[in-house]
Amino acid sequence: MMYGLHSPVRRRSVLHNPAIVAAGVPTVTERILSAETPEDATHLMTQIAANQDRDAFEALFRHYAPRVKAYMLKLGTDGALADELAQETLLMVWRKAVQFDRAKASPSTWIFTIARNLRIDVFRKNNRPELDPNDPALVPEAEEPADEQMDRVQRARLIRAAMQSLTEEQAEVIRLSFFEDKSHSVIAGELDLPLGTVKSRLRLAFGRIRKELGEDVL
Amino acid sequence: MTIKYHVLEETLLAYAAGELDNASSLLVATHLALCPRCRHAAGIGDEIGGALIEAVAPAKMGNDALDNVMARLEEFAPEGTLKPVAAPKSGATPVLPEPLRSRVGGDIDTLRWRRLGPGVQQVRLDDKSGGPSMRLLKITGGRSVPEHGHEGAEMTMVLAGGFSDAGRSFARGDIEWADADVVHQPVADDGEDCICLAVTDGPLKFFDVIGRLAQPFVGI
Repeated sequence: MMYGLHSPVRRRSVLHNPAIVAAGVPTVTERILSAETPEDATHLMTQIAANQDRDAFEALFRHYAPRVKAYMLKLGTDGALADELAQETLLMVWRKAVQFDRAKASPSTWIFTIARNLRIDVFRKNNRPELDPNDPALVPEAEEPADEQMDRVQRARLIRAAMQSLTEEQAEVIRLSFFEDKSHSVIAGELDLPLGTVKSRLRLAFGRIRKELGEDVL
Repeated sequence: MTIKYHVLEETLLAYAAGELDNASSLLVATHLALCPRCRHAAGIGDEIGGALIEAVAPAKMGNDALDNVMARLEEFAPEGTLKPVAAPKSGATPVLPEPLRSRVGGDIDTLRWRRLGPGVQQVRLDDKSGGPSMRLLKITGGRSVPEHGHEGAEMTMVLAGGFSDAGRSFARGDIEWADADVVHQPVADDGEDCICLAVTDGPLKFFDVIGRLAQPFVGI
């Protein structure tokens, strides 16, 4: 079968899954009930926020709960608690769905922040300090030029590509920092590196990612 | 007024990763409220987390996890609307931005300052997490915190007024970073009290030195 050889299959949702289409199940007008692509996940979030769509939520759960659980496990949470925290995270996604702003975050970024904050709240018994966008003391952004407003789904793709472009050393410190619950000094100890080297690798990785996003890096 | 001294990039990444201690997180979050540039950069840190969670190998959920959650959706009724935009009270900008203001329990006028020494007062904001210590400092205009060093790193962010240290001047939102080996002597700008949020790793050294201010023989 030649499918996909001449044109890369960018979407892997049910709409474009040849096996399912061949079986005659969904049509083009069929509701998207998969979070396989960032577009689909964004669509599901919109359905949940607008219609409290339980089917959309179930599809989102099937995609993200196992990932949130993996995140919790990697950060040293035991299996039962990791499962519970993944459930709680997705419940918060349901409850806060109207706060999801597709112009400001991709679903994966938004769900990551909810999972991260929940973990901090549970383990540190301390609420993650959250900014109040309505605080009169908050200094607002200068108006973002229209050509810099990139679609968040597009940005999520660019970030993933940028992370592929990191050196092995840079990717390692990012992964250890985000997904191993390790402070920079612990990372330095484990890699047998000076703390300054860990910090400079993180800065280089960050600079690289920002450059790939087309930002002016200082 | 533009902020000149920002959160270090590696610290922003640690904040996004959820790896910063409570006190440092609060200082960083308060800086983010005042600094759109760092807020933007912290957002990229969140996006890195999003990319990692998208790419991670999924773990198998418990058999009844989905049923459990579906059964609880009603209990977690979706929040109907976004919170309405709070009208600014009497037009004045709070000195303490959120999330610091909530942590303290009010703006600057609710604080109970305790004298540390000539021209220096403090409010301690430590929690029970055992991490770095946190305090608000008020230095009378023109006075200085006596020369001191630290056993660990210190972050000091200006919230009102300003101070100078070693030829650099710091204003609202600016953060001075001092490593353990730095010995310094911040001097508050003339004419206005300088209010700062300070987070100190290795709490005792800084506190001891400040504490000595309370003794009468210390001259500045």
